[in-house]
Amino acid sequence: MLKYAAKRLIQSLVTLVIIITIVFSLLRLMPVEGYFQNFDKLDKNQIHAALLSMGLLDPLPVQLKNFFVQLLHGSLGNSLIYRPNVPVLDIIADKAPVSIFMGLASMAIALLLGLPLGTAMARSKAKFWDKFGTAFIVFVTAVPAAVYYLLIQVYFTDWLGLPILFSESDPVSWILPTVSLSLGNIAYYAMWLRRYMVDELNKDYIRLARAKGVDSKTIMKKHVFRNAFVPMVQYLPTSLLYTIAGSIYIESLYSVPGMGGLLVNVIQRQDNNMVQALVLIYSAIGIVGLLFGDILMNLMDPRISFEKKGGAR
Amino acid sequence: MALRHKKTAAVEESINESFKNLPDDELFTFAGFDEAAAEKTGYSDYSYWRSTFQVFLKDRVAVSLLILIGIILLFAFLQPHLPGQRSATQIYNDASGMQIRNLPPNAEFWFGTNSIGQDLWSRVWSGTRTSLLIGFAVALSEAVLGILMGVLWGYIRRLDRLFTEIYNVLDNIPQTIILILFSYIMRPSVSTLIIAMCLTGWLDMARFIRNQILIIRDRDYNLASRCLGTPSRRIILRNLLPYLVSVIMLRMALAIPAAIGNEVFLTYIGLGLPVSIPSLGNLINEGRVLMTSAALRYQLFFPAIALSVVTISFYIIGNAFADASDPKNHI
Repeated sequence: MLKYAAKRLIQSLVTLVIIITIVFSLLRLMPVEGYFQNFDKLDKNQIHAALLSMGLLDPLPVQLKNFFVQLLHGSLGNSLIYRPNVPVLDIIADKAPVSIFMGLASMAIALLLGLPLGTAMARSKAKFWDKFGTAFIVFVTAVPAAVYYLLIQVYFTDWLGLPILFSESDPVSWILPTVSLSLGNIAYYAMWLRRYMVDELNKDYIRLARAKGVDSKTIMKKHVFRNAFVPMVQYLPTSLLYTIAGSIYIESLYSVPGMGGLLVNVIQRQDNNMVQALVLIYSAIGIVGLLFGDILMNLMDPRISFEKKGGAR
Repeated sequence: MALRHKKTAAVEESINESFKNLPDDELFTFAGFDEAAAEKTGYSDYSYWRSTFQVFLKDRVAVSLLILIGIILLFAFLQPHLPGQRSATQIYNDASGMQIRNLPPNAEFWFGTNSIGQDLWSRVWSGTRTSLLIGFAVALSEAVLGILMGVLWGYIRRLDRLFTEIYNVLDNIPQTIILILFSYIMRPSVSTLIIAMCLTGWLDMARFIRNQILIIRDRDYNLASRCLGTPSRRIILRNLLPYLVSVIMLRMALAIPAAIGNEVFLTYIGLGLPVSIPSLGNLINEGRVLMTSAALRYQLFFPAIALSVVTISFYIIGNAFADASDPKNHI
């Protein structure tokens, strides 16, 4: 396992370098106007000086080399436009905690509601819970999140008398954003858990357990749930780590001072250092999350092995 | 043991007894050998697509939604040509020359007017038209590109490592960068949006097809085909892809609501269509600004309902069609 993990990590490092190189080059294709807010008022010399100071006039390989040298010294550089001359990591450290905390809370809600919902749906095929759950899942997955987030904010703030905007000191104002954030995940967990559980319920060993006289609660808990949960475990580390990214809709609707939309924002304002740092962090999270997911799956179900290639299939 | 033996003996006897009483023509007799009859083979008039439609038509919810979508599509494209309909972009003034701003829904303006005096009814239809166009175009090109790349990725073993690496890289490049670069090269328009969405959208489809192909590639019947010297092209077209019709259909049907939702997202972050081209994303965004005032919420409400009806319908129809096109569900 360790050898496998080490191999995967080295591979991921190469992937990361390629990703960051491509993003770095793409950013250099952006229009020069984007670096200035008052482009029309500046004369040529000012523009030249500003570009020179940002290091944008060097040839691309030189810029790239400088970036990687800087990275090896453990620095992601300073923000250029978003908050000039503030280290990128400081900005992220400033914004990430709110997003992480809200993301973790919403994940907890999603697991607490989604897993029981999925189980209830699998147990009551074509009865109330199944129909209710299906309707909920269809609504949440089909309707774009922006729409139902908006409707929730408009109507629930009225009906429940909750504050429209988020404030860190007021715990009541956390409720709506966190719950809205968890809706998508509730549907996701419920949908897949139901599917895996139904698959599992149709297997022969469950029939044998029933024939032996094992009561259905034990069957559900010990056999069905445990086996059905294995394929879902794979996604947990990734979604856990991605809570750092925040949600662009939720955070802008409730004006939460988090990471949501930061990437989009800095791309639009062409703050190259910020974009590179964020892309680096997010892709690293994606890759590491996948690796953790595989390891976790292996721990949950020792039958799954990564060391040797699978059989004929 | 002895008891059981006794019982079976009794049963045997009673069976023999009843056979004795049977008339001769009910007993087995030897059949004659007919050479012509031996040549006859089994024949079934099973047709894949007919069975698919038969199963699909049994799902009443999906069929009614399909009819609804058909009507919406028809009306969305006929609406501008019908008599008595207003233009979606014209600003209407009242008798004194003032713009009719924020007029609530009434007999003349069915959905009311927006903040600069445009007719919301025709704007919603026009927006639905734009969004559906985007949805169909993106879903179609994603399917073509995704299936092509997915098949190559999954079927040709030597390409697997390379394609997986390319996928990992492309998947991690933010869509926003590509979109901004694109709208910088081309003007923001419906086709720019479609191209930019397709540039990143086919990745998921390709990975999905690849995983499916990996699963069935080495099944015995494909192995047999390969041993018999069937060319790869024929194996892919005849053995693999028909097997995947149902999942591809599902993916395509889901790609339509996804593309419509993506348009809403892009408008939300300010990279969508210009305001002069109404789309559901644009309309929802306009409505969002006004939602704090309860009297003006209809401007958010109507486009949101139109959007939800369209996306939910496609989702349900897609699922029903995918179920129907799975031969396991045929009789």
